[in-house]
Formats: sequence, C-alpha cells, structure tokens
Amino acid sequence: MNYQPLTHATRGFLFTPAGAIPLIDIGLQKKDIRAGWMKRWNIGRMDYAVAPGLYAVGNPDPTSPVLVTANYKFSFDSLRRELEAISAWLLVLDSGGINVWCAAGKGTFGTDELVRSIEAMRLAEVVSHRVLILPQLAAPGVAAHEVILRSGFRVLYGPVRASDLPAFMAAGNRATPAMRRVRFAAADRLLTVPVELMQILRYLPYLLAAIILLHLPRLRVTTMLNDVFPLAAAIFSGTVLMPLLLPWLPGRAFSGKGVWTGLALWLLCWLLLPWSLAEALAWMLIIGAVSAFLALNYTGASTITSLSGVKKEMRLAMPAIITAAAVGIILRVILRFTLGG
Amino acid sequence: MGLRYLANVVSLELNKSRCNGCGMCLAVCPHEVFALENGKANIVDRDACIECGACQRNCPFTAVTVNPGVGCAAAIIQGALQGTAPSCGCSPDGGCCK
Repeated sequence: MNYQPLTHATRGFLFTPAGAIPLIDIGLQKKDIRAGWMKRWNIGRMDYAVAPGLYAVGNPDPTSPVLVTANYKFSFDSLRRELEAISAWLLVLDSGGINVWCAAGKGTFGTDELVRSIEAMRLAEVVSHRVLILPQLAAPGVAAHEVILRSGFRVLYGPVRASDLPAFMAAGNRATPAMRRVRFAAADRLLTVPVELMQILRYLPYLLAAIILLHLPRLRVTTMLNDVFPLAAAIFSGTVLMPLLLPWLPGRAFSGKGVWTGLALWLLCWLLLPWSLAEALAWMLIIGAVSAFLALNYTGASTITSLSGVKKEMRLAMPAIITAAAVGIILRVILRFTLGG
Repeated sequence: MGLRYLANVVSLELNKSRCNGCGMCLAVCPHEVFALENGKANIVDRDACIECGACQRNCPFTAVTVNPGVGCAAAIIQGALQGTAPSCGCSPDGGCCK
C-alpha cells in the first residue's frame, strides 16, 4: 500500500525514549482538502492511507492523552483538525487504509492490532499513564476488557465524531448521550451521494450501448432521449432523491422508499415525453425496479440498517425487482419492433 | 429522529442473569438501544439496533449476544456470489461504506 506523504504536515520531531515521533500540524492544507474531494468523487482510485505509527500534536509530555485512530487519511485528518490547543499523542493503527467503523466491523481495527501497535510503538515508554481514548465506533472490533489484560492500557471510548473530542476531554473524558449517537442527517446523507453516483456511473457505457442497440439503425437523438431521460431519472431517483428524502418517504424498507421516488419521477417523465400508454407502462416497471434496487443498495451507505434486516428485505424485494425489470425491458423491446418507436 | 429500519428482525439478545450493570453496552451503542434499569442493562429500542456487534464485543460478562454484520445489500450479494460471509468491499481500491 502506498502511503500519502505527510511531509507537508510535519513540523518536526519529538525525541522520546521510544524514538523520534513526528510532530504533526493540526491545520489541513489545500492539498489535503483537494485529495479528500478527489477520493470522495473516486477520481484517480488511489490508496488513501497514512503510515501507521505514533504521532504528536501540540506539545505533548508523558502525561498527555493518547488518541487512537485508523490509518485512513480521512480518519487521520478529521481527528487532527479538531485538536485546537490540545497536546496529545496519536496512535494510528494499521487498518489497511480503511475508516474506523468499517475496519472495526471487519476486525482489522481490533484488539489484536491495538495491542500489537502499543507494543511496537513502545507506548508504555512514551507516556506515564495507561489510558487510551478510542473513537466509539472502534467498539465493534476492540474489546476493552481484553485490551487491559493484554497491554495494561485502559480503553476509554470517546465520542463518535472527532469534532466532539475537545468537549469530551474538557468534561473529564465523559460523553453526553448526543456524542454517543451516530447521526444520519441530511448533510451526512448528502456526503454519501458522490460515492454512490460514481459507482453507478461505471455502468454508463453499457447502458448507453443498450439504448443505441435498441434504436439501431435509426439513431435519432430526439427519439433516443425518450429512453435516456427515464433511465437517468431512475438512477437519480435511487442514488440522490431517495437518500435525501429518506426520513420522509413512506415505509421502512429502503426498496419501497425507492419505488416512491421512482414513481414520482416516472410521472414527471410521462408529462414531459411523448410516451404511448404501453411505453409508459414499460418505463414504470423499469424505473420502479432500478430505483428500488439502487435504494436497496443504499443500505450499505446508511447507518441505520442491520444485516438481518437487509437479508429479510432482499428475500422479499429482489424477486419483485427482478420480475418488474424483466417484464419492463421485454415490453420496451417488443414495442420497438411492433411500433417502431 | 424517527429513522428506524425494519421492525422485529435483529438477532440481539440480552441475558439479564449474566449482566452486572457495568454499562459498557450503553457506552458503545451508537443507537441508544440499551438503558440501565434497576442496576441491569435493558433493551429499550430493539428496532434501532444495526447489529454492529460493539455491545457483544465489549460485554465482559458475555451477557449480550448478536450476530454481527454489515447491513449492506451489495455485501450480501457479493458474499452470495463468492460463497463467503457478507463483507463490504472495503478494500483500498474498491468503494464501500465511505
């Protein structure tokens, strides 16, 4: 794995009994922010990791707190940028360049890696206390009661969000209930849209090829738009509209919510395009199925779904989605060869 | 926030006879599923549970059990195709749960 260089953020080194520790700036530079946006939009497909190890911020001494995070650069940056006027040691675990929550779920950000890192970095020689502050979302991978037995360090679970860390520390390492809650507000959902959109856009060439095949040999832009427009509407519905409107759409199943936004956009298409009744019917099935499937796929980006729940939803929804898509596509193809449209 | 996924579906179980009320499950749960009542943990919002497994992992008395996993349709499809457990494609070169 290639690590993102941190030379631009390194102010110097602190010499400790365990060796020289890089002193890191808390302010992000333009290149950090630009690289973050490129990663979010999946441009360049680069690794986005920093070298695991021990870092310092502020002017830490052996009594300063130890904050633990993952070596995903987003995790590292979103931690350090919050440490205004705080002196601390940052223990960056090797999570394979994955964020804390996903890596904890997989176990790569877990008890073993934490204990290994404490020993490898000789943390006990750097600090005089035996307390670690972990992000709360590390808990699926880290067993606090095992860490203290194996390393002598006590794990304190800090807030979910790094932005709450200063308040957490100022309150004597106590989290309020709000700090312990994972949010999924409109702003959080908006941030997931680029990732979802870029994933589906990988299939764009195949979709366009299918539409061109359908219209051969008469490739007229005006008639082809009658298919391009509703397909774009279905993708927009499942990857943008449904996530943004999530709390207000009826029902609990994600695919069902996707059907609602799909039907709304289908009506809009019908108003705007010169569809026959049969064409409208075909597209109702296709838009509904595509939007429902993409909405179902959004379970992975959400913070409110369980494995048992998604399995149940897929058992119920997938047969309907596949049937609707198949019937809709067959109907659309038949219409092409009967009406020539 | 009234965001709840499907009702009555999660695998979360709490064995109260093992619980000593340390409160660790309350501290690690990201959806306030537990509350302390009369010195013991209690499940107060079962449908909010996302089966992340934090409570089970951090219960020193093995009072909490859950079948942990990712609530992710793509992971379930991928797992089914490869014959493995559902796993999000959290590889550095593959997108996933941001």
